[in-house]
Amino acid sequence: MASRPRTLYEKIWDAHVVEDRDDGTSILYIDRHLVHEVTSPQAFEALRLSGRKVRRPELTLAVPDHNLPTTPRLDSAGHRLPIADPESAQQLAALERNAPEFGIRYISATDAQQGIVHVVGPEQAFSLPGATIVCGDSHTACHGGIGALAFGIGTSEVEHVLATQTLLLKQSKTMEIVVDGDLTPGVTPKDLILHIIGVIGTAGGTGHVIEYRGKVFEEMSIEGRLTVCNMSIEGGARAGLIAPDEKTFAYLKGRPYAPKGSDWDEALAWWKTLHSDKGATFDKSVRINAADIQPTVTWGTSPEDVVPIGGVVPAPESFSDPSKQDAARASLDYMGLEPGQKLAEVEVQNIFIGSCTNSRIEDLRAAAAVLKGRKKANNVKWAIVVPGSGLVKRQAEEEGLDKIFIEAGLEWREPGCSACLGMNPDKVPAGERCVSTSNRNFVGRQGPGSRTHLVSPAMAAAAAVTGHLTDVRELME
Amino acid sequence: MEPVSEVSGRAIPFGRKNIDTDIIIPAHWLKTISREGLGRGAFQALREDPANIFDQEEFKGAPILIAGDNFGCGSSREHAAWALLDMGIKAVIAPSFSDIFSGNAFKNGILTVVLPQEQVDRLLEVARTDPINIDLTTQTVTTPFQDRFAFEIDPFRKHCLLNGLDEVGLTLSRDEAIAGYETMQAAQMPWFAKGTGLAA
Repeated sequence: MASRPRTLYEKIWDAHVVEDRDDGTSILYIDRHLVHEVTSPQAFEALRLSGRKVRRPELTLAVPDHNLPTTPRLDSAGHRLPIADPESAQQLAALERNAPEFGIRYISATDAQQGIVHVVGPEQAFSLPGATIVCGDSHTACHGGIGALAFGIGTSEVEHVLATQTLLLKQSKTMEIVVDGDLTPGVTPKDLILHIIGVIGTAGGTGHVIEYRGKVFEEMSIEGRLTVCNMSIEGGARAGLIAPDEKTFAYLKGRPYAPKGSDWDEALAWWKTLHSDKGATFDKSVRINAADIQPTVTWGTSPEDVVPIGGVVPAPESFSDPSKQDAARASLDYMGLEPGQKLAEVEVQNIFIGSCTNSRIEDLRAAAAVLKGRKKANNVKWAIVVPGSGLVKRQAEEEGLDKIFIEAGLEWREPGCSACLGMNPDKVPAGERCVSTSNRNFVGRQGPGSRTHLVSPAMAAAAAVTGHLTDVRELME
Repeated sequence: MEPVSEVSGRAIPFGRKNIDTDIIIPAHWLKTISREGLGRGAFQALREDPANIFDQEEFKGAPILIAGDNFGCGSSREHAAWALLDMGIKAVIAPSFSDIFSGNAFKNGILTVVLPQEQVDRLLEVARTDPINIDLTTQTVTTPFQDRFAFEIDPFRKHCLLNGLDEVGLTLSRDEAIAGYETMQAAQMPWFAKGTGLAA
């Protein structure tokens, strides 16, 4: 019997329904749960208070990332250095206590495998195509880049997954974003996703799961796909997906938690069926031509506030929606920018290359390619490169990228979330600008009063060299 | 969770759109290992302005917040819901909410009421001087001036809120169905079932 054509999202959803309930919700089985130190302490505490256990400890992996300082973690004798901030230290200590108490595998702050959860998951092949993956962090959408249904949850849901290995959910609507054509030189997956968010707006994907389709994504590397899916939440969608393909399978094969032997063969046979069927319909559809996209930068305090680097700061009156006009006025005031000002003339003092969006090896290679043989500008006071994991760091050092960064005057740090949200000591001073490869330019995100411009790793490197926002294509050979 | 059937009292006429969870509770407040006391950090950047609406005497302890479109966008931090609760807020009215925030609010017994912009505008006006009533049982928002606005709510969420049900307990009562799924998965998709055991 021929079944109804289904989208990729519907296929993964259907494969995980434990039970459909009369009220329109379903109990959905969760295959993989990533836990970090910030959104889990209250969940473990609730389990303890109610005498509940973790149902399937082997389906959860814990790793600290948000609070960790990115300065060295071991002294010269190899002893672990304490974390100066008592609250950060307390939160880390709670995870170090909770993981073994509940039987969960824990990657410690000083392990080579430590890193940002969304870098570690795919890197260890703990994240797999077709899996349902959750984490108490909205950038869990990232893992959609390998074809997993992955989304962020709150702490009550973390507790629910720990106790039941399921979530009570209502099926989302579906949205396809089709990008045809080719990205032009100097335009990266980060520019693409910033452009997409500019088109759909920060609430454009609310209630939907996005599937990114079209030639551009088929040709994109796995790391590029992770970058795109990562920022789905900035477009309001809890999850973003790209169908797994030969590139995905080659990326995962042989990694620590990847299926082995006959398991691999069986998994592969199923993974190859994970794509939207011909004739499957989406609730919303957006088409974008890749050739229209330029290196992109944000000017305001919402990720939808994007312009091509060759553009100018928009006038609030240019927006038709009166509330957007008010928001733009407030943003420009906060950002210290004037309507009509050329973005490429905006001076910057800080550079952050890192975060779950852009801290993988390809990101560091792209930044290093621009910085090689160059120096950071004198007005750039603080420029740090924070690899996404200890393994990314090791790989970069084997390739000599660390030397390129250091010779250019940038600091080479230990892995973690760092200045993306400034829970650790890496913060941007009030009133100063940071050109950042992270995902949010919200008011105060990188520290109280900080002014963030979101860009790709290559664009961040270009700004480091010139000391102002810069079209990286001017520095490319 | 305490049962909720009605929220009544003064409403903070905030009204701003796209309020992200970094604005509701900045990251440095996330270092706590408790759910308590986050009200002090709620809307911290906005409250640096002495004229801010949250600290006006008549709105202190108000149980309702009225906001603009896409309230609670951004980070999944449940600390945003905990911070609102700690301020005394039991219901938020807005034209739309982010998906993750509305789930977090619900799990903490905070009612999220979606109304069209023009009705929200009317409530913003009323809230300046008068109280507002939200009745979950009849799914209506009313004012002392005969305004009466109906709202939709997911039947499951309504049931849980009215009865103060613990969702984890509810799901655990379906243990047989979950165990059945696990048996099927272990047979058909053993690579999922092995998890971190794969690297043994």
